[in-house]
Amino acid sequence: MLNLEIAGISLRNPVILASGFLGISQAIFERVYDEGAGAVVSKSISKYPMEGYRNPTVIVLEGKSYINAVGLSNPGHESFYEEVKTNDKVPLMVSLVGSDPSDFELMARKLDKSRIIGFEINLSCPHVQKLGMEVGDDPQMVKSIVQTTKSNTAKPVFVKVGVGNANLLDISEAAINAGADGITAINTLRAMKISIDNFNPILSNKIGGLSGSSIKPVAVRCVYELSQKFRVPIIGCGGISNWEDAVEFMIAGATSFQVGTAIGFGGMGIFNSINRGIVKYLEKKGYQSVKELIGRSHRY
Amino acid sequence: MADHTDTDILRLVRIRKAIEETATTRTIVFDDEYSVASMPGQFLMVWIPQIEELPMSIGIESFENLKCAAVTVRKYGLGSTALYHKQVGEHIGIRGPYGNHFSIPENLRNVLLIGGGTGLVPLVRLFSDLVHDRIQTSLIMGARTKEEVIFQHKVQNLLADNKLNNCVAFSTDDGTYGFKGSTVDLAESILASKKFDMMYTCGPELMMKGVQKLGERFSIPVEASLERYMKCAIGICGSCCINDKLVCQDGTIFDSNSLRQLTEFGVSYRDKSGRSSYFISQK
Repeated sequence: MLNLEIAGISLRNPVILASGFLGISQAIFERVYDEGAGAVVSKSISKYPMEGYRNPTVIVLEGKSYINAVGLSNPGHESFYEEVKTNDKVPLMVSLVGSDPSDFELMARKLDKSRIIGFEINLSCPHVQKLGMEVGDDPQMVKSIVQTTKSNTAKPVFVKVGVGNANLLDISEAAINAGADGITAINTLRAMKISIDNFNPILSNKIGGLSGSSIKPVAVRCVYELSQKFRVPIIGCGGISNWEDAVEFMIAGATSFQVGTAIGFGGMGIFNSINRGIVKYLEKKGYQSVKELIGRSHRY
Repeated sequence: MADHTDTDILRLVRIRKAIEETATTRTIVFDDEYSVASMPGQFLMVWIPQIEELPMSIGIESFENLKCAAVTVRKYGLGSTALYHKQVGEHIGIRGPYGNHFSIPENLRNVLLIGGGTGLVPLVRLFSDLVHDRIQTSLIMGARTKEEVIFQHKVQNLLADNKLNNCVAFSTDDGTYGFKGSTVDLAESILASKKFDMMYTCGPELMMKGVQKLGERFSIPVEASLERYMKCAIGICGSCCINDKLVCQDGTIFDSNSLRQLTEFGVSYRDKSGRSSYFISQK
């Protein structure tokens, strides 16, 4: 009932761990999979190790939302390859971040040899200079990065887009024309939190990315517009904290969806809880498969 | 008490008192009802504005006859040194309490606590609770040298207040105070002549690994409070992972059964980037 295919990848269910959450250790990937996720996306991996920003890097807001500026901390592609090379269990997608096509060539070539299901190119991290969104706002650069990555792997390549300075549809079009197999939308939104007691911006980087329930309506709109315009599968992401949110994303046009922030509120049990909720919903509606939900809102 | 998410939201607290423990260690005392209601072993994320946010074990101190929350910090890096220098009247930010806590099983009769350095914060709290519960407790307090011994007066006051046969023993690496050698060596010699039905430990990881081994050898259950590099404290970032566990959510306290499964315990840890490094083993 929940199984589906996305860009040629078979998944047991549509719930995917979003990049940036929990994603540096094979043991944790296996736990997330055992907790019910259909697939997991790693933290964004760069050419060399990155320590990220000094704490505070995560702020909890009211209303099931966070602002984070972790700063893309990751062990670098060589150490990460060693971490996951023996993976024989988890449908793992590796998120890549870099500043020019040669970074992606190197990383895709190396990680392609591990047992992963595909790549997700992070073109939308909103808080690290010269990486993520600064790259993703340039359609020419996007085209070049996607082409380079595609030519170094036969595995599906998704592109994760955000709401930056450039139009999300234009950037997605550039990525799809360059061969991207699908789009993940959206990343966090540039945001900040300032203490009214001592006037300090709280994050060490001052500006970070907003995630969680407060960005959900924006993400639903983006998924709706993307799926209206393009034929490639869209992975919805942004503020999904229960099965109702997940269903809304699929009806908006997402083929599957990612969950991250909600783990902080519901623990890792969130994956199974969303799956159970969708099954009940499908039964109540009399549907045979979760695939029947995809893009249903476009009929109206 | 407010719900879980409320205590996740950063709150500013004013420093009421600062206690000089040693030349390099101070205890910072402040009001916070959630921390006062916390259990031994739980921790706070402490924000030093413009500098850092650090996980710190929650201690309890009295101020003007009221129970206050406290954190004990040894100046070491940028963040801990900045916190060390915070003065009465200044503010710090806190969120939490986070993590699980030491458990006190029913019918506990004879307990051994082994702590080193600021790892003694939760153990001295636990010592106080156990003594209060009239459970016979022995506490080993380790430091590198005499000048770094902390909480001595606090513990002696606790001993003076009770009638049971509780005891405290000190060990220093250089032998300038108490037993010369490690807390583990001292624990081993105590275990040779006395029976215990539980051991609790907090401090440097290789010390705790030593305690775990003693626990296996003498068939005594152990609870250890683990430390890993932490960012979020709410189970989302994965920085503090050890095997498939998150220290911030699944710990920080792990029991003997869990410790046995944690093959990285006493062996390796991840740095800020997530790469594994190895503890330098002392044979």
